[in-house]
Amino acid sequence: MKKICLTVIGLYILLLNAYSQNQKDSLKLSVKDSAVYISKPLQLEEINLVSSYYNQNGHHSAITGGIGTELVTDISNGIDLNFKGADEEGYKYGLTAGLGIDYHTAASSAYVSKTGASSTGGTRIYPSISYSEEDKNGTVKEIGLYYSAEFNYHSFGIDGSYLKKLSNGGELTTKFSTYFDKVKLIYPSELRPQTAIVVSSASSGGGGSSIPSSPRYTYTGTLSYAQTINQKMQASITLDAVGQNGLLSLPFHRVYFTDGTDNVETLPSFRFKLPVGLRFNFFVTDNVILRTYYRFYTDTWGITAHTASLEIPVKITPFLSVSPFYRYYIQTASTYFAPYEVHSKQDSYYTSNYAYSAFNSSYFGAGIHSAPPGGVWKTAITTMDIRYGHYTQTTGLNSNTISVSLQFKQ
Amino acid sequence: MQKKYTAFSLLTICLLATNSSCTIVKEYQKNKLNDAEMALSNRKVEKNELNFQSYREGASGANAGKTGGGCGCN
Repeated sequence: MKKICLTVIGLYILLLNAYSQNQKDSLKLSVKDSAVYISKPLQLEEINLVSSYYNQNGHHSAITGGIGTELVTDISNGIDLNFKGADEEGYKYGLTAGLGIDYHTAASSAYVSKTGASSTGGTRIYPSISYSEEDKNGTVKEIGLYYSAEFNYHSFGIDGSYLKKLSNGGELTTKFSTYFDKVKLIYPSELRPQTAIVVSSASSGGGGSSIPSSPRYTYTGTLSYAQTINQKMQASITLDAVGQNGLLSLPFHRVYFTDGTDNVETLPSFRFKLPVGLRFNFFVTDNVILRTYYRFYTDTWGITAHTASLEIPVKITPFLSVSPFYRYYIQTASTYFAPYEVHSKQDSYYTSNYAYSAFNSSYFGAGIHSAPPGGVWKTAITTMDIRYGHYTQTTGLNSNTISVSLQFKQ
Repeated sequence: MQKKYTAFSLLTICLLATNSSCTIVKEYQKNKLNDAEMALSNRKVEKNELNFQSYREGASGANAGKTGGGCGCN
């Protein structure tokens, strides 16, 4: 009898304990589930500002047929707003809205008019928006829309990309982008068709005149693979395949022939480009990193180019680094390039734009990167980068750039 | 043509050797890999440099910058 009672009591206690454990387990599961997948609406998490000042000089302006000043100054400003959110299924969402405004002056633009009376200044505005989704496995899909407007050029672009993380630590990205552009047919003053309405400037509004445009289309397919090699090393390879068709020259560029007469630059209406880029970054010591980049480029206009750059960030403290860099570039001339008064009138295509000539260039400088806890100078600036570079070409072109980037992060 | 083929072959061999010697790095071991200086991309502060390089040079692309279109440039 005692045994039966004790057994019954024991079973009853076991029953109570099992019920309690179920309740506790349920609570734990519920806490675990809600901690992993928390729904969060899209909210502003990051703001990026980038500003640059650029000036250059040279003596091979394409507007004056490969001779003349290439004096240019440019002030660029851009802002990106990054919104991020997540849902209960573990998906993360991102929305980025951007706006850029550039103002430039180009001394050679005055000579779109033969008398040098054309305006030398111009403004370009370029808004953008992109949306991305990332699933629990880190797979990311993104779509973006872009627009750019300046007096003589309008562009509308769209792109889409897909990133997949692999089990071996690699990342494979595919991307496709398209630009639908319109080039206003602003010719040099002495080469305008007689029926065209005269426009006095190349860079600013011309008194309400109606200027015809010609289209330019660009299609780019990108394949990129990034691989972690070990705890201190990672590398990537990127291949672009770019096709362009339409008006690929600029209507206000002149070419002078051997007989001293001139005409508008004329280039083929199709171009295919194939650049391949390699990156390899690694920690040499705990405080010194090597960032390396190499690109091979070839296209159907006869240009073959090599680019190599090396940057050496040195960590002064865990939150401050200084990065000297050097970039070397070399290219062959395009089949369609010749200097001032070298082209023959019998040539089908001709340009004296020295961007298509044979040359090599060097670009060197240094940057500072600061990201201290509590913000830069204890302000809301999470990260600050300042970078200066000096660029020289064997064509005689040289330039200086100084850029500042500020990040504000919640 | 021979040089291009040789370069491409060497590149492929390097990539295969690198990939075959890769180790799986766990998330808690990625403190160095996640450093801002190690990113396999251009810095935001380089954005306008990439633009002027594409304007003044014949080559472009394979660096997340312009490949053509979007501006009155190459």
